[in-house]
Amino acid sequence: MIKNILNLGDAALYCDFGSDVNQEINSNVIKYFYHIKKLNLKGITNLTPSYNKLIISYDLNIHSFLSLKKKIENIEIKENNKLEKNLIEIPVCCDNNFALDIKRVENKLKLKSEIILEKFFSKNYFCYMTGFVAGMPFLGDLNQEMRLKRLETPRVKVPKGSVGITEQFCNIYTFETPGGWNILGNTPQNIFDTSNQSNPNLVNPGDTIKFYRITLDQYNEIKR
Amino acid sequence: MKSKDRNYFKILRAGINTTYQDLGRNNLYHIGIPFSGAMDKRNFQLLNSLLQNDYNSPVIEFAYQGPHLKYFGKDIFFCISGNVSFKIISKEGVIDGNSYQCYLLKNGDEVDIHSTNKSVYGYFSINGTFGVDYYWGSCSINTQAQIGPNNGNKFSKDLEIELIDINNSFNKRKLDYLGSTIENIRVIKGTNYDYFSKSSQNKFFKESFKITKLSDRMGMRLEGPKIENIVDPNIKSEGLVKGVIQITSAGDPIIMLSDHGTIGGYPKIATVISADYDRLVQLTPGSNIKFKDVSLEDAETLYKLYQMETNNLISQIK
Repeated sequence: MIKNILNLGDAALYCDFGSDVNQEINSNVIKYFYHIKKLNLKGITNLTPSYNKLIISYDLNIHSFLSLKKKIENIEIKENNKLEKNLIEIPVCCDNNFALDIKRVENKLKLKSEIILEKFFSKNYFCYMTGFVAGMPFLGDLNQEMRLKRLETPRVKVPKGSVGITEQFCNIYTFETPGGWNILGNTPQNIFDTSNQSNPNLVNPGDTIKFYRITLDQYNEIKR
Repeated sequence: MKSKDRNYFKILRAGINTTYQDLGRNNLYHIGIPFSGAMDKRNFQLLNSLLQNDYNSPVIEFAYQGPHLKYFGKDIFFCISGNVSFKIISKEGVIDGNSYQCYLLKNGDEVDIHSTNKSVYGYFSINGTFGVDYYWGSCSINTQAQIGPNNGNKFSKDLEIELIDINNSFNKRKLDYLGSTIENIRVIKGTNYDYFSKSSQNKFFKESFKITKLSDRMGMRLEGPKIENIVDPNIKSEGLVKGVIQITSAGDPIIMLSDHGTIGGYPKIATVISADYDRLVQLTPGSNIKFKDVSLEDAETLYKLYQMETNNLISQIK
């Protein structure tokens, strides 16, 4: 299922699963990720699954590129190896104070805001990967008519909890960070919990997300 | 804890970016948490060796300007690594200290770390350890994700730092070492090398790049000839590693450092080899660097040589 293994610098394998972004390729990446994670190989210092790549960082004192490449190539993963999937429901408030880019999205998509939100909440989303900043989930896929590019000039600070869309994807900003996605609302739910060291992420690769809409009062209630 | 039993530093001035660091945390990229850890691993390793501490003991890392610390407690030793100017203020007077040399500290003494010289990072520790909490097996402070002791924040004035496990049988040790610097940064071509025009590929290796002020523990932004992308200014977001050099849409290189975002969507032109990382991070804004292309096999050998050199330095400590 891995098409090709290259080196990324002198301390990481770059495993290529294809160039498309779809759930089938991504599920393969995630299967490999969980499988290798479970093997608990000495000297592996990080595994980074993404849409269609898996990067394996290693300790140069323990592995060299060629020897580790061989090890990874010899891994066999059974096709019927089912992914563990959780359905996670996440509340989102689309009050004007939170829907920072709703006007822009209305203009670009030529749809009324209520229609946009109705379409957004009508679908479940698959988690392709988490990262960039701690716990941030990359979710998809949005319907064709909901797709638009990111902001021309990214925001210096996107508020924590913001829910944004771009192209076929949506995400949740787990921390205040710079970013250029189109923000439709905000969740009061904590998506990354530093105090929970065994499982800090609410959403993990392979999970399914269902967003549901809440009022500002409900938002403040949960926040409290 | 009764106050007379306490051994602690009070921070009189915090410095610019002062944090606890150790070797960092592994195997968390997939949830978006980078390695962190001491930026310059050689100086981290030398410091813990000088103080006969465990190899992964926490140290205090500072950038440009360090902290001014006042000590309260029983006699201890401290040491600083890196190219650092500092003063020790005691009842006997004020003396200038030298890096890689241990000094005695008595109750009421102060250490004032003015600055790093022609370098960015310096390290401070004692013959013992700091009373810190561990997060995913590491006490490294990641200020971006607010992970680590001190609520994941850098040090601030009036903070008190507890010392524990003081090694009472410790004797002063030192190392004659002036540090090592480089101008040419050796790299391995990246996975998107062919995204860039032939002339830009040539420029990348022939011309020099200036390190800008927009550099911190997350990354180092460079300025120089624009690197022209002839395929696509973006790739499908994928994992990043320490030392990888991405080219932004504006055509400027940005090198990912220890606290970097774990995923990115800019094409990767090259990756700094592991042997040159410690010396790369010590280059100050305004410095000019040139990239030199090496093979993977050479990079692996150069790393072994670099580690041997570090071990050799450790064996020279007396």
